[in-house]
Amino acid sequence: MSDTSTATDAPPARRSFWQALDLDTRLLGMIGAFVLVALVFNVLTDGRFLTPRNIFNLTIQTVSVAIMATGMVFVIVTRHIDLSVGALLATCTAVMAMTQTSFLPNVLGLELGHPMIPWITMLVGLVTGAIIGGFQGYLIGYQAIPAFIVTLGGLLIWRNVAWHLTDGQTIGPLNETYMLLGGINGTLGVFWSWALGLAAAVAAAVGLMSARRTKVSHGFPVKPLWAEGAIIAIVVAAILGFVAILNAYAVPERVVARDFERWGCDAAEGCTAAYGIPYSVLLLIAVAIIMTVIAQRTRLGRYIFATGGNPDAAELSGVNTKLLTVKIFAMVGMLCALGGIVASARLGYHTNDIGVLDELRVIAAAVIGGTALSGGIGTIYGAIFGALIMQSLQSGMAMVGVDAPYQNIVVGLVLVLAVWIDIQYRKLTGAK
Amino acid sequence: MNTGTPLVEMKDVSIAFGGVKAVDHVSIELYPGEVVGLLGHNGAGKSTLIKMLSGAYKMDSGQILINGKEARITTPRDARDHNIETIYQTLALADNLDAASNLFLGRELTTRLGFVDDATMEAETRKIMARLNPNFKKLKEPVSALSGGQRQSVAIARAVYFNAQILIMDEPTAALGVHETAMVAELIQELKKQGLGIFLISHDTREMMDLCDRVAVMKNGKMVGSERVEDVTEDDILSMIILGKNPKAAA
Repeated sequence: MSDTSTATDAPPARRSFWQALDLDTRLLGMIGAFVLVALVFNVLTDGRFLTPRNIFNLTIQTVSVAIMATGMVFVIVTRHIDLSVGALLATCTAVMAMTQTSFLPNVLGLELGHPMIPWITMLVGLVTGAIIGGFQGYLIGYQAIPAFIVTLGGLLIWRNVAWHLTDGQTIGPLNETYMLLGGINGTLGVFWSWALGLAAAVAAAVGLMSARRTKVSHGFPVKPLWAEGAIIAIVVAAILGFVAILNAYAVPERVVARDFERWGCDAAEGCTAAYGIPYSVLLLIAVAIIMTVIAQRTRLGRYIFATGGNPDAAELSGVNTKLLTVKIFAMVGMLCALGGIVASARLGYHTNDIGVLDELRVIAAAVIGGTALSGGIGTIYGAIFGALIMQSLQSGMAMVGVDAPYQNIVVGLVLVLAVWIDIQYRKLTGAK
Repeated sequence: MNTGTPLVEMKDVSIAFGGVKAVDHVSIELYPGEVVGLLGHNGAGKSTLIKMLSGAYKMDSGQILINGKEARITTPRDARDHNIETIYQTLALADNLDAASNLFLGRELTTRLGFVDDATMEAETRKIMARLNPNFKKLKEPVSALSGGQRQSVAIARAVYFNAQILIMDEPTAALGVHETAMVAELIQELKKQGLGIFLISHDTREMMDLCDRVAVMKNGKMVGSERVEDVTEDDILSMIILGKNPKAAA
């Protein structure tokens, strides 16, 4: 995989095609698994699984868990666990639902539908998540209570704090603007989806080339130019392909007819429109990019991985591992609030059972994505793929008509199998 | 020799763990260009003494002077700020990270935007490794994939790179082969010439006689005594270690 010859060495004369591409085999494996799942279900559902409509639904169903899973990666990498994410999500959405439907209108006198309501609400939610998460992190880091216990307690506490706050009632309807983050209620539309897709493709190409230039300037070995070109082509094709699929999901005629101006038409007749990229997916992409940058390009990320690899070494190198724990759990708390925004906006309500069992989905997503429970290893993109694979399995089986108990049995088996494959893969490649 | 201000002066330091006095009113000093060996049985308090200097432990009482000025060392970061570098017996490497990440752990080089600058760190790692261990090529692998000697050279590079004034080496050759041990000995001589002060911990009395200018022997948390190597025989040192008495002082 990685090339260890120094610049002064003569490059190996002939490298195989695959070596030259220097691909991330783990990522390939995950994409392969996802493609396999998708193809199998596509056959079983007579082609209904791989329609633009189903892929669109799949992506918006994945967002909430995927957002939280990116944070769970950091938690597991530092050898902790967070069992409270689903409950924390519920408390955050309860607080946000109460804020927008009752507190802001009744106490602060902002009328329902006031333009500031959704933004204040989200801010309140994020702060709530960060404070609760940070407090759990304080108990784990500074008071040395095992994360398993703190967050198991948190699971019971925050699930029922949410219940207490809402008296167990469903709270809604939620603010219109707020609900734009739910998925189908808020999408970019065809034009802006293409514009954004193109911009992303250009940015990816420029980024890959500039990374190459940095390597060359330090005299590090680089892959041959054709291989770099091939990678760029694949990435660009993937981005544009994704946009094309989401843009192919046409808005049903009756939906267009209901509010044709929203879809950029002068009249309902002859108006066709497609959804394009949902805002919630944009949010996930933004979270993924930020979390990946934190993991790979910041000291915080470096310390997270160092602490996971060897906590004593990190401490002896001057890393404040206690404060680090607080930061990580606060981050997860904020991501729970974000996941909660998407989940409640998708439903249009805060319900008493929102996020039930999400902690297990989130942990499973991170683990299927290659995060090692022994610490030190994990990737953000892996967790997102893990979430996507889980969601594909679940909705695929629902489409095929598999009974609920069998669905969960399969998901459980896949979780164990995925970890087993990961362990075998690590043995094979000699990595830890 | 040994005139002027000592580089390090630990005065009357003590630390106890749950009633056990691991280090009991010990004083020791280290001069520039001097290698001081710390000897003693397991549990004599050598590593504990040194960990107070490197900031891993907080001493209960006593004083540490660096270049004659009192220094407050309560965290590893404080120690580093006083140009004290430590090579731990366990090496203290994050096994999942590569050599460059380990070398700069806690002191990452960053770009102007504040992001870690992996390319520059890797280039710097190449440079220092070319000097310390020319055979070292596995820069991109996690250090778990390296041999014992290679891991040791990463730990040494980390201590040497940041222009340490005071170097603490805890069993630096315990895991090494003959060739690599000789390399460490050579490095110690070179660093000594540059005027560094070095604390060396080892069980190998023979090796200590070769490498050190002075040996200090501890037993049960107390300092038995310290002698210049040319003034004592190996037997003298052994009896200090075993009996806890300084034959010279008794004479």
